[in-house]
Amino acid sequence: MPGPQPVESTKVIPPRERTAAPLLGSSTGEIPDRIFKVVITACGLAILGMLVLIVYELTSRSAASWHAFGFKFFAASDWDPPNEIFGAKPFIYGTLVSSLLALIIAVPLAIGVAVFTTEMCPKQWRGPLSFFVELLAAIPSVIYGLWAIFVLVPLLSAYVEPFLAKTLGWTGLFVGPMYGFGMLAAGVILAIMIVPIISSITREVLLVVPQHQREAALALGATRWEMIRMGVLRNARAGIVGAIILGLGRALGETMAVAMVIGNTPQIVTSLFASGHTMASVLANEFSEATGDVYTSALIEIGLALFLVTIVVNALARLLVWTVTRGQPARGHA
Amino acid sequence: MPEAAASAIPSSSTVPNISLRRRLVDHVMTGLAVLTVILVLAPLAAIFGYLVYRGVGSINWAFLTQIPKPVGEAGGGMANAIVGSAFILGIASLIGVPLGVGAGIYLAEFGRNRLGSAIRFTADVLNGVPSIVIGTVAYSLVVLYQHHFSALAGGVALSIMMVPTISRTTEEMLLLVPQALREASYGLGVPRWRTTLSITLRTATSGVITGVMLAFARVAGETAPLIFTALGNTGWSRYVHLGLFGKTWTVPFVESNQPTAALPLQIYVYAISPYDEWHRQAWAGALVLIVLIVAAVSAVRYVVRRGTFGSA
Repeated sequence: MPGPQPVESTKVIPPRERTAAPLLGSSTGEIPDRIFKVVITACGLAILGMLVLIVYELTSRSAASWHAFGFKFFAASDWDPPNEIFGAKPFIYGTLVSSLLALIIAVPLAIGVAVFTTEMCPKQWRGPLSFFVELLAAIPSVIYGLWAIFVLVPLLSAYVEPFLAKTLGWTGLFVGPMYGFGMLAAGVILAIMIVPIISSITREVLLVVPQHQREAALALGATRWEMIRMGVLRNARAGIVGAIILGLGRALGETMAVAMVIGNTPQIVTSLFASGHTMASVLANEFSEATGDVYTSALIEIGLALFLVTIVVNALARLLVWTVTRGQPARGHA
Repeated sequence: MPEAAASAIPSSSTVPNISLRRRLVDHVMTGLAVLTVILVLAPLAAIFGYLVYRGVGSINWAFLTQIPKPVGEAGGGMANAIVGSAFILGIASLIGVPLGVGAGIYLAEFGRNRLGSAIRFTADVLNGVPSIVIGTVAYSLVVLYQHHFSALAGGVALSIMMVPTISRTTEEMLLLVPQALREASYGLGVPRWRTTLSITLRTATSGVITGVMLAFARVAGETAPLIFTALGNTGWSRYVHLGLFGKTWTVPFVESNQPTAALPLQIYVYAISPYDEWHRQAWAGALVLIVLIVAAVSAVRYVVRRGTFGSA
């Protein structure tokens, strides 16, 4: 659709209105204009309303659990629905460990990809390369889970886990039966899922690093890598940290793929081969079958905690990215 | 711009006085960067490869037109899940698209103030809320109120996820429309509402559609918010018997206030089941889902390339 059609705009305005409006302080357009503004403002306010609604629903529905357990809810590690004893610690542990594991794997990969696409690869590859990486972000979580169950998990249990047990077993992180399902599988699949987020935002941040920084480094005789390290990465630090935190936010809340491979056992075990549970996966698994007010409200309280954590994490990340890309149309360069 | 930098760099080997160690580090780091690209693209290739390999053989006419057979019986399909997904997404779009575009118009045309900044920030925050949390909220908003799981609850959950994305992209696109166009319209005496709808929004149409399609593609694959809202269904929510042409036709039907099957949900249930036949169907369903989503995303890229503001 090429631009506006001036012909059309004159056609739709009755001549009377056209002359009257500017001259007479316009009684013509005023009432519809006011209605329009009210409707549009209501749409905008609806977004605020949604947030308020989410907070209200989560807090009011989790009240029963809050009254029953208080702060101890987050420190207790027993999860015993038949006896109505609920403690969220195993889920918090699972969420943190799987997300950290994902970050450890994903961050170097994502930064490498971002550096390669912005600084190293031939210009005509850039578009397709970032398209393919971002395609990873378009794959639904449930398909990651499906693939993980039938491809990744057998691969882990047959090759990766025996290797890790042999070489790194002494750390205590890689011991026990090697079923494939468990914390390690969750971390790996999460890593694959958050790479596109971290790398696309890192790319945006790298693209707004001023060109003269690169030229200055090169003029001083730096090699390309030295130029990237000193001229580019160092300048983009805050933004890259923001990108990583944004990836963390996604990993914390990711549900389906994790629920499908983590093993779904509420326990705290050091070994990454053992199965676990996360805050999101317990909601997915148990919410629709939860019976009794306390059980349901304990689950909703976990949801509330997850919500608050992701909000803080995301706000922090946005702030960091914003300090770097401020005022720059970062999206334009791709 | 960085493009220029890459080509303007004298390749390090041509500069004589660079030490061997520094040149080596440069090459090693380049090699590592290439390695990361390979490591990231390998899962992508593996996922698509497996989807096609396992899925293609299982997609047939029965898969697309029949409902699931009971456990142990071969055959059956996901017709109800495909229609159910379309139905739930339709509900989500009916709620989410007008609200999102409206909010985007507010942000672009009236949002240069504190309220606007607050809404903008809230939209970004909502974008990061885990979908499973949105699901619990839709559950307590709709399911507890209606006393049963329903397609409507699923639609509400997905619409909450669509609005922030749509509003922010709509705002971005409207802000790209030159101010002179608006002024020209005002100059002709066109009222503000008409200017916004017929000039500004019209000019930015392709961009706004892009945002809508991206939001749509994002929620189309969502499973978590549907588990305890739409719940899933092994059949149709109702059959309607129609007397037509002297025969009674049984027409399958989906209803907004009944538990409804959805493609991602069905894939999830089948994937974690112990039956080979169901695994096969899960792969087929996943292939159908990914084809729909990739088609949507590619269509978006195509539209953006050709669109008025494609260069932006």
